[in-house]
Amino acid sequence: MTDLAHIRNFSIVAHIDHGKSTLADRLIQFTGGLSQREMKDQVLDSMDIERERGITIKAQTVRLNYKAHNGETYVLNLMDTPGHVDFAYEVSRCLAACEGALLVVDASQGVEAQTLANVYQAIDAGLEIVPILNKIDLPSAEPDRIKQQIEDVIGLDASDAVAISAKTGLNIEAVLEAVVMRLPPPKGVEDAPLKALLIDSWYDAYLGVVVLVRVVDGELKKGAKIRMMAANAVYQVERVGVFRPKQEMVERLGPGEVGFLTAAIKLVADTQIGDTITDERKGATEALPGFKALQQVVFCGLFPIDAAEFEQLREALGRLHLNDASFTYEMETSAALGFGFRCGFLGLLHLEIIRERLDREFNIDLITTAPSVIYRIHLTDGSVKELHNPADMPDPVRIDHIEEPWIKATILVPDEHLGSVLKLCEDRRGRQVELTYAGARAMVVYHLPLNEVVFDFYDRLKSVSRGYASFDYHIEGYEEGELVKMSILVNNEPVDALSMIVHRNRAEMRGRGMCEKLKDLIPRHLFQIPVQAAIGGKVIARETIKALRKDVTAKCYGGDISRKRKLLDKQKEGKKKMRQFGSVDIPQEAFIAALKMDAD
Amino acid sequence: MKPFAVYVHWPFCARKCPYCDFNSHVRDRYDDMRWARGIARELRAVAELQGPDRPAVHSIFFGGGTPSLMSGAAAAHVLDAIAETWTVSDDAEITLEANPNSVERGRFQDYRAAGVNRISIGVQALNDQDLRELGRLHSAEDAKAAIRLAAGIFPRVSFDLIYARPRQTLEQWSAELEEALSFGTEHLSLYQLTIEPGTAYATLHRQGRLILPEEDLAAVMFETTQNVCARAGLPPYEISNHARPGAESRHNLTYWHYDDYAGVGPGAHGRITSGERRLATQAERLPEKWLSAVEETGSSLAQTEIRTEEAAEEHLLMAVRLTEWLDLTAYRTRWGFEPSRQAIRRLEQQGLLTLENDQLAATAAGRLVLNSIIRELAALEPVAA
Repeated sequence: MTDLAHIRNFSIVAHIDHGKSTLADRLIQFTGGLSQREMKDQVLDSMDIERERGITIKAQTVRLNYKAHNGETYVLNLMDTPGHVDFAYEVSRCLAACEGALLVVDASQGVEAQTLANVYQAIDAGLEIVPILNKIDLPSAEPDRIKQQIEDVIGLDASDAVAISAKTGLNIEAVLEAVVMRLPPPKGVEDAPLKALLIDSWYDAYLGVVVLVRVVDGELKKGAKIRMMAANAVYQVERVGVFRPKQEMVERLGPGEVGFLTAAIKLVADTQIGDTITDERKGATEALPGFKALQQVVFCGLFPIDAAEFEQLREALGRLHLNDASFTYEMETSAALGFGFRCGFLGLLHLEIIRERLDREFNIDLITTAPSVIYRIHLTDGSVKELHNPADMPDPVRIDHIEEPWIKATILVPDEHLGSVLKLCEDRRGRQVELTYAGARAMVVYHLPLNEVVFDFYDRLKSVSRGYASFDYHIEGYEEGELVKMSILVNNEPVDALSMIVHRNRAEMRGRGMCEKLKDLIPRHLFQIPVQAAIGGKVIARETIKALRKDVTAKCYGGDISRKRKLLDKQKEGKKKMRQFGSVDIPQEAFIAALKMDAD
Repeated sequence: MKPFAVYVHWPFCARKCPYCDFNSHVRDRYDDMRWARGIARELRAVAELQGPDRPAVHSIFFGGGTPSLMSGAAAAHVLDAIAETWTVSDDAEITLEANPNSVERGRFQDYRAAGVNRISIGVQALNDQDLRELGRLHSAEDAKAAIRLAAGIFPRVSFDLIYARPRQTLEQWSAELEEALSFGTEHLSLYQLTIEPGTAYATLHRQGRLILPEEDLAAVMFETTQNVCARAGLPPYEISNHARPGAESRHNLTYWHYDDYAGVGPGAHGRITSGERRLATQAERLPEKWLSAVEETGSSLAQTEIRTEEAAEEHLLMAVRLTEWLDLTAYRTRWGFEPSRQAIRRLEQQGLLTLENDQLAATAAGRLVLNSIIRELAALEPVAA
């Protein structure tokens, strides 16, 4: 056990691509956590998808030993937090386990909306913040301007900001010195009942469920019986350890220390992020503050393209759920798509990650239906129903009114793109809350209905601002809205997987957009195909896919037979990637692509 | 005796045309007798695969490449080798593909003397600008001269045109087609320009520098072609082939009836019967590798056995190209499979197929979308016992 004065617990707050993972790599390297041979880029991002996308999904910690200039040796616990708004709650629990944070800002790009959201969260959590200016080696770096921006926009004193290049390793030691000298040590009481914060958990093939913890008071010992207070479950601790970043077993963890435990826990779903771990007997009476049950905000249907792969999909979702209990899935039947699952996610990125992992790790071709938010349907009998799936919309005569979730969005955008961003927000039914300037950048705060954001708002925002706008949001609450269910009919048959809930004022525009898109996405058939959008029985938009006019090979002789047959086989394969609705083949990608709006 | 044809591939061209994806190669010099001897050896290898009970040859076709780059002696050598290997029926159709350039026209008499009785001339267009764009080395005058000359030398003449060319209008094509018909040839092959992968045109097309007629215009051009030719006494007997009744190319029909054919020379394909087995043969594509294989081992052929269901599929996708009826009773007997009955019914309702007395044919509308029809029909079903 380390005495409190020689422990520093900190996390790194940064925007995607500003160099958080690279800095973490350098800190590990500098303090000798891994040999040169063992280093690879982004050591802490263990999933392929994390490395490729440059995002962190799961929290990780690493314990570093650092001998400071004052001659004393410190234990530094670096927490690598997920870096996306979808994982805001996980981030908040990571921050709760720290006393300080390094705010990494790209010295040419400056402060982004996501940085802003995370740094405010860190400040609210009472953390001491040390600003770091990264990528100082780039010719475009403007450290003085960015320092000023940090002071103007965030209100932090940046005069002592540490200028580094994580890429070249410049000034890494100064970062470690700042951690030791400028961040406070943890506080805690050793001879008190155990109180440890459950930061995150995951499934490890060798160890089973691994629980990442920060001990606040008391001590966590091997063999001890512990209780998870929110889950109200009791376990016996099998192993206690730390990551350096390799696992290393220890006998116990004391106040201020960060490490992991295993305790024959079967499912990650049995552990809840933010829960308090205490002694089974004579445990703490009061849990640590801030626990929340995870809330899924985006829902969609996942269906195997090949109906025969349903069982594989079920198994794959089960396996993924072992490691990520923050999404939900339950069986769903669609008239159009057959058997599949209705899944709930923390946000859109989360949805995309799971979808991509199903494709990549389990090789299952999927149809993803339109993402939906949770609507509250107030029925005329006074009851309230939560609606996750447009297909379950009750008969309109039974509905008194519908409420939808709204968010508060913070957008930072350079002045020259402000007009297009404001237009985008207004088109998406937004209400402006605030508009302020920091240098040449505007900070716009908008109230927006989540259902206008959930699909492609972020893509559109990036496109109208040429990639310069950054965006962050949190859910504010529910508001009544004039919402209707819009159905899409292909060849006069409703395709339930394409139906969606829309605001009445936006229905015609969305309907027209969907029909136009589907007209391009569905290949010509041997017959003409009407595509319609309808509310109730009323058609609000219509397009026609003309019948195929010409599809014949001009030349076909003896040498071509093998080739033509192979082509035919390939086409048969291609047809498997389509889903048949009546006599119409709809390609897999159409279900999502149809929802994308080119311009409002 | 079952009809049997021999295809000889001559892989050389004076120049590669930008639309062509056939196995053709430009070489400065080569000894054409040496290549002819190689072809003769590969012919014997095919015969060995067939075994002693060999069918008689009813058609021989020199294709390419540009077979009219061969000397008459080389063609004669190949024909002699065929006659030594198989029985060649008295009325065998012996076709050679020729370009209309003056040098090549000069060999027409030699080919005729060697035994060639049908010539197929690669005219492609009847105006000089389009010929240049298509990468052809001859002029419209050359083409016309070649057609007239051939008519006096060969009992049977055909020529090829490419239409739906970049920027071509319906009016231009109609006028060109009328001119083509005015020569009174018994057979015409009229191909819509198709962008084949790996060609120079494919690159241009990808870059947006080659604008082809839209689908609707191409469809109208096709229909016009069918009608105009039919009125002129040359109805279509296949998607792109027109003939005076009785003057159809026997060789091409071998493919579309899915009868046996030997394929020799670089890159040639064959379908032959070897005992109970149906074999696909493919010759080495690269000319020099082909020659050394043939000279060292007697053959460059790779063979694969075709499963019955695959053969049935191949037969189907060739046979429906013809205007003549496909006899389903015979088809079932031949393969033990039949096209999806459900698909036939559906396509009939859509007016794309006609089924009468267990005989099947695509309608005029169906011929335009034949690939889609084939996709649906090719869900073959085993014939119920």
